[in-house]
Amino acid sequence: MVSSERMLLSGNEAVAHAALDAGIALGAGYPGTPSTEILETFSEIGGRAQWSPNEKVALEVCIGVAYGRSRALATMKHVGLNVAADPLFTAAYSGVDGALVIVTADDPGMASSQNEQDNRHYARAAGLPMLEPSDSQEAYDFFFKAVEISERWKLPVLLRMTTRICHSLTVVHRRPDAEEAPAADYQRDIKGRVMIPAYARGAHVRLREKLSEIADWNEKSGLNQVVEGEKSLGIIADGVAYAHAREAAPDASFLKISMVHPLPIEAIRRFAESVQRCVVIEEGDPYLLERIRAEGVTVEGKPDMYRFGELNVARVRRILAGDTSPEPAPARGKPPQLCQGCPHRTAFEILRDLGCIGTGDIGCYTLGVLPPFEAMDTCVCMGASIGVGLGLRHVLPEEQARKVVSIIGDSTFVHSGITGLVEMIYNPPPTGHVILILDNGTTAMTGMQEHPGTGRKLDHQPTSQVVFEDLARSLGVPNVHVVDPMKQADELRKHLSEALESNELTVIVVRRPCVLAAGKIRQYAQAAEQ
Amino acid sequence: MEAMNRRPEPTVESPVVRTSQMSERSVTNVVFAGLGGQGVLKASDILSDAAFRCGLDVKKSELHGMSQRGGSVTSDVRFGDSVASPMVPIAEADYLVVLSVSEVDFARPLLKENGGVLLTADLINESRLANRRSLNVAMLGALSTFLDIPEEQWHRAIRANLPEKVHEANIEAFNIGREARSRQA
Repeated sequence: MVSSERMLLSGNEAVAHAALDAGIALGAGYPGTPSTEILETFSEIGGRAQWSPNEKVALEVCIGVAYGRSRALATMKHVGLNVAADPLFTAAYSGVDGALVIVTADDPGMASSQNEQDNRHYARAAGLPMLEPSDSQEAYDFFFKAVEISERWKLPVLLRMTTRICHSLTVVHRRPDAEEAPAADYQRDIKGRVMIPAYARGAHVRLREKLSEIADWNEKSGLNQVVEGEKSLGIIADGVAYAHAREAAPDASFLKISMVHPLPIEAIRRFAESVQRCVVIEEGDPYLLERIRAEGVTVEGKPDMYRFGELNVARVRRILAGDTSPEPAPARGKPPQLCQGCPHRTAFEILRDLGCIGTGDIGCYTLGVLPPFEAMDTCVCMGASIGVGLGLRHVLPEEQARKVVSIIGDSTFVHSGITGLVEMIYNPPPTGHVILILDNGTTAMTGMQEHPGTGRKLDHQPTSQVVFEDLARSLGVPNVHVVDPMKQADELRKHLSEALESNELTVIVVRRPCVLAAGKIRQYAQAAEQ
Repeated sequence: MEAMNRRPEPTVESPVVRTSQMSERSVTNVVFAGLGGQGVLKASDILSDAAFRCGLDVKKSELHGMSQRGGSVTSDVRFGDSVASPMVPIAEADYLVVLSVSEVDFARPLLKENGGVLLTADLINESRLANRRSLNVAMLGALSTFLDIPEEQWHRAIRANLPEKVHEANIEAFNIGREARSRQA
């Protein structure tokens, strides 16, 4: 037997290697910290990976792959699953023919996100199995398990990662032999795949039957490990919280939950009864706690103050000690800021000087909210700048309405700004509106990924390009301008001032490559010419 | 960057010998701190790789994303027989390596109060570096004098984690760091 390769991998890299070794035919997703490196690595090591305009499209493409009896991987950050929730819930009904693994990368503590939603709730809400690794080795191993479950029960499977699992490097023993993936093949199954009400009713019943079978299987799957220790303290934990708890209470007994939906309730009951005190240690919402208590098992949870932010060894020690005294404030370092030479700076200086009400969006440019600019008034979710700006324009007194500007980046515009642009044309406010597309030619915040507006694919090879100004004109926006903020700051100021005074609709594309990406963008362009 | 050219009093303390009472005590905790763009993550990659090449259990943790934009960055590396949590608990770092003098106050609470070793960038005479970007590797050279990792594994890790054209400059920076430490000690 060939000995397995020993590697030091991040959780994201481990998933990518597992995807390759498990014969994933296509990986699709949208960049989002902390999930981005999965598809980048998958592509680098020889997998077929692509960025989609957004997570919904990525998941739909993957559903198609899995309907074709092939194996698919969809990746996204936690809030991306909100975007993809529509196909998610119904794909649970239709099921799949091949395998579909969906990675949701949650961000407790909000290292780089707008909320810290706990996506374990999605597994229960959609009725899908969810596996949760506690290090890179498990991320690798559980991926294969997810493929196995997906093909056995013909269901999409969620693999829930969190920031620390995605980005921590830990040792991984890779399997010596890659799996042979089944050949793609379409088998017609109208009642199984067409979710009209008549067929969906039966599909829902089938879904619940599958979940019941998986719950039975999970009781003895070996996934949820018991670590024998002292009987005075038993700890039930999942994900990275398990690693923290092992260190905080090395002598305790443990039940590590690896499949968080459906839960192995009988194993949990036996474990809780085998120890004198049983504490649930989990990051984020009391998901496990509430499910376990609902089954009539007596366990302790954590005080509500530990629901916020990440857990760590010190916080787990405090939870176990029942310590609810105020925690020492975490040291605050230097906050991030727009880079020196960042082309967004000019736009924010002008927005600030003109006293605009800036409805903002998600990306590097969200940093325009910080001094010395403070030129952003709202930031909700991907694409919201346009809808929120329009809503304000509809109701504010004219004087204020005229100051509202929607500010959106290039990748965000493709992700979910295009529908906002259509809304602007369809329901224009009486004072008109103006959208600034800050086009720096890359998805900068997540680390320079391509998108349909760059004209290059995930691996930086050329493809068709979505041209924002052409798109705006084709929709009937009367005033469309393209300016270089470094060379044409005065034009930008003039166009923006005029747009604010008029009652017309305006789109200004503020185009200049990201200062960090410019060199690479030039290289890709040169390579394409040769 | 201005502060880094000054040469204040040495801040390096003497290392301590740790007793191994429990299994987790055999874990060595290193925290790197600095600003986005200084090579904090690269330094922690190289240390992790060097320890990994010694056959040890290794975990390394940091946050990516917004911190890239010039903000404070820290990275935790833990290695030993068996490592549980990927994060170094506050006040449990055996070694704190700070690449930017401005970050010392922010990062100091991470260091063990008794016997923790603080290594700061002013240890290195930057004018001796062929490229100031290899300050991170010079600091690894200084750190290496405390750790039981063969020099050969450090060199392998440096080569594996950096582009070939800068290998020589970084091996040299590593040696400059080692010398700086031995003069201090």
